[in-house]
Amino acid sequence: MKQQTLLFDGLPVPFEEGQTIMEAAMAADIFIPHLCHHPEFKPQGSCKLCTVKASGRYVSACTMPAKDGMEVENNSPDLNDKRRTMLQMLFVEGNHFCPSCEKSGNCMLQALAYELEMLTPHFPQFFPNRPVDASHPEVLLDFNRCILCELCVRASRDVDGKHVFALSGRGLKKHLIVNSESGRLGDTDFSMADKAAHVCPVGVILEKRKGFAMPIGKRRYDVDPIGMQVERLANRSASEEEV
Amino acid sequence: MNAAVPAPRKLRLATTSLAGCFGCHMSFLDIDERLLDLVDLIEFDRSPLTDIKHCGPCDIGLIEGGLCNAENIHVLREFRRNCKVLIAMGACAVNGGLPAQRNHIDLGQCLQEVYLTQPGLVGGQVPNDPELPLPLDKVHPIHEVVRIDYFIPGCPPSGDAIWKFLTDLLKGRTPRLGHPLLHFD
Ligand code: SF4
Ligand code: SF4
Ligand code: FES
Repeated sequence: MKQQTLLFDGLPVPFEEGQTIMEAAMAADIFIPHLCHHPEFKPQGSCKLCTVKASGRYVSACTMPAKDGMEVENNSPDLNDKRRTMLQMLFVEGNHFCPSCEKSGNCMLQALAYELEMLTPHFPQFFPNRPVDASHPEVLLDFNRCILCELCVRASRDVDGKHVFALSGRGLKKHLIVNSESGRLGDTDFSMADKAAHVCPVGVILEKRKGFAMPIGKRRYDVDPIGMQVERLANRSASEEEV
Repeated sequence: MNAAVPAPRKLRLATTSLAGCFGCHMSFLDIDERLLDLVDLIEFDRSPLTDIKHCGPCDIGLIEGGLCNAENIHVLREFRRNCKVLIAMGACAVNGGLPAQRNHIDLGQCLQEVYLTQPGLVGGQVPNDPELPLPLDKVHPIHEVVRIDYFIPGCPPSGDAIWKFLTDLLKGRTPRLGHPLLHFD
C-alpha cells in the first residue's frame, strides 16, 4: 500500500491510518501546542490550543484524523497569535500566581506561555474567588488554577473507574466538582494510586508535603522549553513518577 | 574644520516601585558592573536611586509593582504622561502579583483582621491619617489603567533578563526574552 503523508508547514510527514494530526505530528517530532491532549486518554478537543489550519480550515489537531495529502499549517504567526490569545484568556480567568504555585516549572500552561512568548495577560483579570479543598489526607485541590481540560475527569472515569471528578455549570460558571455528597475530595475514595492523581497539566491536583522538591533551574521546563520535549510528551504516562 | 562630533544624547530613564517589594529594583541592581555601561547610555530621572520626587519628560519609564492604592494610580499616570516608553517590570506590575492575593477578601474585613482582631493585638486601630493614600478595593495590574508598551515578567525578572531587555531597547532592537530568561516565578 502506498505510504500516506501529510504536509506540516510544507514538510512531508508519513503517518499511519487512524492517526490524528496530533499523533502524526508527535511521531515526527513536530510540536503542536496542546493542553487537554494526553496520549493515554481519549482526545476531546476542548482547549483549542492545538488549533491548526488543515486544508484551509481551523481544526483541533488532537481530534482531527490525518488524511493523505492534507496540508497542515501549524507554526505560523497567525496560529501562534491566536494560541497566545487563548492562553491569555486562560490566565485571566483563573488565579495564576506562579511564584507561589507548586507546579511552577513543571506546568504545561506556563511552559506554553513561555513557548509562545506571552509576556502579559493582556485582558483584565477576573480574580475569581475559588476556595481550595484540603480535605483529603494526601492531596490538595487548588481550583484557582483549573483550566477545565477534563483530563482528571477522563482519567478517573475511563481508567480508574471511580468518577471522582466532573465539570458542572455552563460558560463562565463552568467549574470542576467532586463527586461526593459533601463535594469534598476527602469524602471520596480518591487515592494517590489513581491515574487521575497524576494527570493535571497545571497546579490543581497536588500531592501534599511534596511541593517545591525540585530547585529552580532543574525543573522540567527550566531545562528545555516545551517545544523541544515532543518525544517525552508523546510517550508520557500518568503515574507516580511523573511530577 | 574640526567640529567635534557631539556625544549622542543620553536617554532619560525613570523608575518607581508601586505595590511591589523593591525586589525588581534589587534585581535591576543585579546587573552589577554592567550598570557602568548603562550609565554611559542613560541618565536617571525620578527613581529610588536619585531621590528625584517627580518624573520629568523621559524616554523610558520602568514600573515595578501593581496598583493597591490611590497614590499608586497617581504616580503611574505621572509616568505615563512623561515617558515615551513605559515598561511593566515584574509579576506585580504585569498581573497584580502577591498583593493581588488579597483580592478575594473583602477589604474592610482584611483591614479589621490585620489591625483589630488578629490574636496578640491590643488596642489596635485601622490607620486613618488623612495623609495615607486610600487603598483600592482590589489590586490591579498596571495595564488595566494606562497603556503599557512592554512587559518583563518574573518575580523578580533576573538581572540578565532586565539587561537583555534594556540593551535590546537602547540599541533599537525589538526587546525579546527567550528561554531561560522568560519566566513567571
Ligand atoms: S498552574 Fe501553572 S500557570 Fe497557573 S500558577 Fe501554577 S505554574 Fe503558574
Ligand atoms: S483539575 Fe487539572 S486535570 Fe482536572 S480539569 Fe482542572 S486543569 Fe484539568
Ligand atoms: S489539545 Fe486539542 S483541543 Fe486541547
